[in-house]
Amino acid sequence: MKILIPTPLRQYADKKDAVEVKAGTVGDALRQLTTTHPELRRHLYTDDGKLRAFVNVYLNDEDIRYLQKENTPVRESDTVSIVPSIAGGWDL
Amino acid sequence: MLLLNNSHYAAVRAHGEETYPHECCGVLLGVFEDDARRVYEVVRCGNTRQDRPGDRYHIDPRELVRIQRQGRDRGLDIVGFYHSHPDHPARWSQTDLAEAHWIGCSYVIISVEQGKAAQTNSFLLTGSVEEDKRFVDEEIRVEATEIASEQYGSGAR
Repeated sequence: MKILIPTPLRQYADKKDAVEVKAGTVGDALRQLTTTHPELRRHLYTDDGKLRAFVNVYLNDEDIRYLQKENTPVRESDTVSIVPSIAGGWDL
Repeated sequence: MLLLNNSHYAAVRAHGEETYPHECCGVLLGVFEDDARRVYEVVRCGNTRQDRPGDRYHIDPRELVRIQRQGRDRGLDIVGFYHSHPDHPARWSQTDLAEAHWIGCSYVIISVEQGKAAQTNSFLLTGSVEEDKRFVDEEIRVEATEIASEQYGSGAR
C-alpha cells in the first residue's frame, strides 16, 4: 500500500512524495514509515506518541478518526494520505 | 517568491470579493522551482468555519486529499494556499501562524475592503519544525503570459 507524503514532510522522506509499505493497519503503516524515515516521527507525533492534532490521516477518502483510528485495517490497494490542517483567519 | 500568471492573481482576488464579507480560501497547485513556487492552478475550497466565516477559515481535509490526488495525477504539488481578510489588512495574524503547518509553502492573503480586493500579499512558511515555524514576506511576481499545461512537471508520474 502507498502512503502519500505532504510537501512539508518530503525532505524527511528522502524527498519522496509517496512511500510503499506492507502493513495490516494504518498504525503499522505509519510505524514502518517512521522506522524507515525516523526524522518524520517528531513531525507526526507528540512526545507521548500521539499523532499531532493538526495531522489528519486519511485511508483513501475516510478520516481514520471516524474509522478505527490507527487500528484501521488496510489492504494492498489502499492509499493513506497524511494531510496537515489548513486554517486561519484575522485577529482583532 | 511566488510566481503566477495574471489570471491566477485575478482568480484569488475575485474569490475574495465573491465571498465578502466572509473569508474565502483555496489551494495553489504548481511546482517548486529552486527558491520559488510556481502556480499552475488555483483551486477554490469551501470554508467549513460557518460558525464565524467573517474572520476564520478552515479547509476540509477531504478536499485537500482530493486536490492533492488530482494534482499528483497531473504532476502538480500543493505549493500554497490563499485566503481573504474582509476589511482587514493582508497581513498574517497570530491565528494564521498558529494554524499554518505546511512549511515550505506560500500563504497568500487578500485584503478585501468594502467588497473590493485590495492589497494581496504572500508569506512563505519557513522553519524546521512546528515549534520554530514563522512567516517571511515573499514577493509575488505576476507574469503576463499563460504557461501551457504541457510544460509543467519535472517527471511523469
